[in-house]
Amino acid sequence: MDQNLYSAEGLAGVVFLGLLAATVAGALIAVNAKRLVRSVAGLSLCFTGVAGLYYFLNSPFVALMELLIYVGAVCVAIIFAVMLAEPRAEEKVGKSSGLGSLFGVIAGGLVFIGLATVSTKSHWSIAKTKINTGSVTELGSSLMTSYSMVFELISVVLLVAIIGALVLALPGRDKE
Amino acid sequence: MTTELIRLLAFLVGIIAFAALNAAYLVWVERKGAAHFQRRIGPKEVGPYGLLQPLADGAKLMSKQLLIPDGVDPILFKIAPLMVLVPAVMSFVTIPFGEHLAARNIDLGLLMVFAFASINVLGLLLGSWGSANKYAVIAAARVISQNIAYEIPMLLTAIALVMATNTMNLNEMVSLQGGGFWHWNLIKLTFTASPLTPIAFLIFFTTMLAETNRAPFDMAEAESELVAGSFTEYSGMGFGVFFMGEYANIVIGAALTTVLFLGGWQSPLPFLPNSVVWFLMKMYVIIFTVVWIRWTFPRTQFYALLNLSWKVLIPISLVNLIVTAGWLKVF
Repeated sequence: MDQNLYSAEGLAGVVFLGLLAATVAGALIAVNAKRLVRSVAGLSLCFTGVAGLYYFLNSPFVALMELLIYVGAVCVAIIFAVMLAEPRAEEKVGKSSGLGSLFGVIAGGLVFIGLATVSTKSHWSIAKTKINTGSVTELGSSLMTSYSMVFELISVVLLVAIIGALVLALPGRDKE
Repeated sequence: MTTELIRLLAFLVGIIAFAALNAAYLVWVERKGAAHFQRRIGPKEVGPYGLLQPLADGAKLMSKQLLIPDGVDPILFKIAPLMVLVPAVMSFVTIPFGEHLAARNIDLGLLMVFAFASINVLGLLLGSWGSANKYAVIAAARVISQNIAYEIPMLLTAIALVMATNTMNLNEMVSLQGGGFWHWNLIKLTFTASPLTPIAFLIFFTTMLAETNRAPFDMAEAESELVAGSFTEYSGMGFGVFFMGEYANIVIGAALTTVLFLGGWQSPLPFLPNSVVWFLMKMYVIIFTVVWIRWTFPRTQFYALLNLSWKVLIPISLVNLIVTAGWLKVF
């Protein structure tokens, strides 16, 4: 590597490697932790790393949304659910069988090799002109025009989820 | 390139110093304020008017033993205070203290502050769960329901402002409020913001109190019910860092209120020069109000707290959002 570590690119590279390490370490903690809450803590570390990677991909909006939604809302909601559940339920019960984890490693490795081959071997043609600036304004107007169908469908899914939660929660109120 | 690096380094040091000094001296403001509201004197022994009290407190906290009780989750227990403090310090990066005094003038500044502010609750949560204390876990459950409930009206009022100003860049938002106090978003007497903005300001201020866990919404640390809530098991500097984080969050909340509604660094009268002094004055007036409220009002009941958000604040902020949209469409 001929780039100086103390140049701006070098520093950015160090930060990038740190984010990669955080993502992988977080994912490993999330999978291997014995206690569910620690898994979620690992998951939040992983999400933070991913948010940083998005920032490196020049999309700060997605990066900040990743933090706001995945770390700030999803992880918090998961921990909340864990806390409301039985206290014993948070410990991992039983050991996973050796054969199962072997297959898991093989399957995961195959997916990794496949994706890595695709991303390194295939020829990525770079668009001649920038499609848009990737700003929030562009994002908003395309969500409201070209992709409004998808947008509406997602809102229908959310509506169904809310109604489902209400239906599940309603009998609990009459019990007392 | 080098000057840019030096600038960033200067801002890094400055921001950390600003956050730490504010955290230390807000404790003094809090204690003095509490004392005077209750017709007492407050700290007065260490230095004139007790001004050196924060230093003494810091020395005391740092020299205390860090107790890690049996049965706690050691990693989460130690990380949690940092998870409250670090995101708050990160949020300072984009706050425009003056016209050219912001570490990074990020286009998505508002979103960035909200994104980092949302991590704070995760820190409180992991700390409470990690300390394996029943009071702490009860406090954590309360904190989450409170945070989820109050983040919605906060974001809704902020979105209405973004719609009116058409930007999420905090510095640009301040620039749009120039030319005297009647141009501030709080009481904008021009036809570019909805007439409900004063109500939006009240909602934002209330949710800011709740999001920073301040009285009358201090459910995380309800000392008369839950010992010390989330902080029950923390001692020495663990406790100290938690409190620095809490006060840094209050400063961020007050700074954001200043930027969004009170015109940031803009001077209140057109013939006075704009400067960082105005920003600090407005910010500290808000922080003083926060202290004032804490020592004036009793803590609300938990159910009243949740009802206030879901049944009052969220509907009103939704109405505000719709009125703003209609207003912008008509004018």
